[in-house]
Amino acid sequence: MSLAAEVGPAGPTPARQPARSRSRRSRRTALLLLAPGALWLLVFFALPTVQLAATSLYDPSGSLETGYALTFHWQNYLDVLAVYRDQFLRSFLYAGIATVLALLLGYPLAYAIAFKSGRWKNLMLVLVIAPFFTSFLLRTLAWQAILADNGFVVDSLKAVGLVPTDGRLLATPVAVVTGLTYNFLPFMTLPLYASLEKIDHRLVEAAHDLYSSAFTAFRKVTLPLSMPGLVAGTLLTFIPAAGDYINAELLGTPKEYMIGNVIQSSFLVRLDFPQAAALSFLLMIAILVLVMAYVRRAGTEELV
Amino acid sequence: MATTVAPQPEVRQAPPRAGARPPAGHRLGRWVSDHLLLGAGILVLGYLFLPIGYVVLLSFNQPESRQDYEFNTFTLANWRSPCRPDGLCESLVTSLEIGFLATVGSTMLGTLMAFALVRHGFRGRSTANLLIFLPMATPEVVMGSSLLALFVAAGYGGVLGFWTILIAHVMFCMSFVVVTVKARLAGLDSRLEQAAMDLYATEWQTFRRITLPLVLPGIIAASLLAFSLSFDDFIVTNFNAGRTVTFPVFVWSAAQRGIPPHVNVIGTLMFVVAFSVVVAGELRRRRSR
Amino acid sequence: MRGSSGQPAAGAELRLSGVTKRFGEFTAVDNLDLTVPQGSFFALLGPSGCGKTTTLRMVAGLEEPTEGLVLLGEQDITRLRPYKRPVNTVFQSYALFPHLNIAENVAFGLRRRGIKDVREQVAQMLALVELDGYDKRKPASLSGGQQQRVALARALINRPQVLLLDEPLGALDLKLRRQMQLELKRIQTEVGITFVHVTHDQEEAMTMADTIAVMNAGRVEQLGPPAQLYDRPATTFVANFLGQSNLVAAEVTGRSGDELLVEVHSRVLAVPLDRAAVHAGAVWVGVRPEKISLVQAGTAGGAAVGRHNVLPGGIVSDVSFVGVSTEYLVRMPWGQELTVFAQNTGDRSPFAAGDRVELQWGAAHTFLLDAEQDSRAGVQDVATGEPAPAGVGG
Repeated sequence: MSLAAEVGPAGPTPARQPARSRSRRSRRTALLLLAPGALWLLVFFALPTVQLAATSLYDPSGSLETGYALTFHWQNYLDVLAVYRDQFLRSFLYAGIATVLALLLGYPLAYAIAFKSGRWKNLMLVLVIAPFFTSFLLRTLAWQAILADNGFVVDSLKAVGLVPTDGRLLATPVAVVTGLTYNFLPFMTLPLYASLEKIDHRLVEAAHDLYSSAFTAFRKVTLPLSMPGLVAGTLLTFIPAAGDYINAELLGTPKEYMIGNVIQSSFLVRLDFPQAAALSFLLMIAILVLVMAYVRRAGTEELV
Repeated sequence: MATTVAPQPEVRQAPPRAGARPPAGHRLGRWVSDHLLLGAGILVLGYLFLPIGYVVLLSFNQPESRQDYEFNTFTLANWRSPCRPDGLCESLVTSLEIGFLATVGSTMLGTLMAFALVRHGFRGRSTANLLIFLPMATPEVVMGSSLLALFVAAGYGGVLGFWTILIAHVMFCMSFVVVTVKARLAGLDSRLEQAAMDLYATEWQTFRRITLPLVLPGIIAASLLAFSLSFDDFIVTNFNAGRTVTFPVFVWSAAQRGIPPHVNVIGTLMFVVAFSVVVAGELRRRRSR
Repeated sequence: MRGSSGQPAAGAELRLSGVTKRFGEFTAVDNLDLTVPQGSFFALLGPSGCGKTTTLRMVAGLEEPTEGLVLLGEQDITRLRPYKRPVNTVFQSYALFPHLNIAENVAFGLRRRGIKDVREQVAQMLALVELDGYDKRKPASLSGGQQQRVALARALINRPQVLLLDEPLGALDLKLRRQMQLELKRIQTEVGITFVHVTHDQEEAMTMADTIAVMNAGRVEQLGPPAQLYDRPATTFVANFLGQSNLVAAEVTGRSGDELLVEVHSRVLAVPLDRAAVHAGAVWVGVRPEKISLVQAGTAGGAAVGRHNVLPGGIVSDVSFVGVSTEYLVRMPWGQELTVFAQNTGDRSPFAAGDRVELQWGAAHTFLLDAEQDSRAGVQDVATGEPAPAGVGG
């Protein structure tokens, strides 16, 4: 029951007041609806991030048993960069390659589903998300079996000479990138599909009518219109891939370890919290900077 | 495109022929774009399905040794006693419990937020949007480790377990719920709600009879997404699990010692159940049309 | 309800008094006074952006006026929430609830008011709009015309004191629209409820309404029965928006009995006093194209002042044949082109471009407008298909 209605037909009321009270009520409702979720995110996402930054500046001479002192020990950052520079670069390299590969695989797939699949469209979409129906870890472990030294993949690649007779796939960078590409491919495909599906096919026909070849029509019409999906897809692939450590752990060796492996073992095995936090915080900042630069270049603001 | 009246540049390049048949390049181009792309798409789907096939296959395997992933001997033994490995089914139950609670929690909180963001104007809206977007743009290692840092700093390092996992899962599922429900809400024609109000429905009745039923598919999709995210999460969980073992944690630690094939039975079952749910939902949606 | 034809459902006149609606800087409705008699079919006609839909939404309670009052009989409903008003709306795109079937859609309003047994009323209503047997279908499976009828039934079943129709026929094709115009008129006569109909289609308004209010830029330009608006437009906007008009610059020179004499490029024309919006000074002389007869130069029938007006010296510059009639453009000696519609009665062979002609029409069909007004106001723009002032929200 609104305040305005209670005033009722009693006659002359200041004309502007009820309108304002209605919008004030709307604001109050909004805050009530927002508060529980926002509070949760503040306490369990924002606050931990602050704590992570603080932990990264702890005096490294402390330990979990004796406790740490916040001494703004910036040296932690230089230390981890010196020791783990390779893992950092490798993370971005592997994630970058995996993103490009996922784009090369995901775009044709999304395009085929959006425009060429006819009545099989829904089935194909379900098949794209179907890998999610079973465990991420199990699928990665299955890759262990698929790429195993005496598995059929290695055997057939050896037969055509793509892998030397004494070569292997498992425990190489190829295996890790294959796993990363595989695991995040649906995250690439779905946003691409969503963007492509919205394109009015008559636009492509109009481009053909205006003297565009199939390729030109794609380059000048379809591709630009699918940019929002492309940007979202590459981010959804790159970000988790850069932080992943499961593929490197299960499909690679310590020589293929990425920054995620280091963070995980520093926190959970070596229990060196300040260094681990510095690594983690650096990873977050690096990704945020990359994402922002990328989004600005791609010129898409509608991410959420 | 070949039937378009307008002259095309290619026509000029191709040597003039008798009759107005489209140049061969066009027909080829069309065939390629029609069939090759579909073929490529199906190949990529094959790539996506290869490991799932392996999971199913290995569920019928009787391995020679613990570290052996080759298909050895066909057996149904794993399917007869999927719970044989110690702790496997307990971990599954834990995952289901956490998944259920995390879904309920994140769907409720996220749906409320989505309503606030789509239906109401207020200052600080872009800040709220950022707060929701950031967890999706943060790698899981960072989220998991920072939560761990918080729990430890707050003196809860010793009680890591079921509840800390749940807190983390609600946190990272919520953003996905907000985005999914928001999309559905934004597509809702506000004139339908005005029509309801015009037809004597109060605000609450309008919400109950019109808004909620129309947004419900979005909420259901969001909750399915939340459940699968929670159920399958390993990285964030691993940081905050303490001694609690969820299904992914079980698989991870088993992987160090050699995977019992029973795990693949569970994986296959999960796949079949989830696939059936989605297909049944799709069929129902089709029939109601 | 069907039996009660002619007997209006308990109702009262709708009155808007000094209603103003501003959106930020933009004034959508400007100090509007309007009275809609009980039981009438009232049309709000105007180009998009003229404020007619905003006016309608304020009556429905979907917008609150910035200033002014909305009264239904003696009751002030200005600030009443939509669900508290005995007013229902047929929305522009129908706004049928997609998840409810037709019967549930139609019963929605009754159910919300706690009426349990609605089956008979719903059946009656569906019969009234000739949709018997569709009750279990979903809105998406119905054609545009059928959806429109459901929207109408869904509103009418509540027996509102006023039924608001927001461009209800806009989404239908021309043929269906004609058919629905007659249908709406029939239903209105049958139920006797006050209909307020918003449209930008002048033909639709004239076909259906008893009274039309022509709106422009948030104000009512003129209000009256269709024939009166057409015959005696009060402003250049109405003269151009409702049909077409020839407006020629002139000067009032005198008066003879109950006629005003005006001079147009040294010709004297007569205008009945009661058809003149101004009585002195510079004016626009107006005449509708179909009122003019074209005759060969020199043959205009020596008509005395007071009976016929004649403008000689025209040259046919364009002829378009449109079946029942032929439309001529005639270039006058002062350079202006006037439009003439001639019925193709077959009595006389048509003129051709280049022919020398004279224009002749009954003085009683002439009207005078204020020369201060823009002679092109309300002219349908060829490029946009929209009349001149375009703005926010129809």
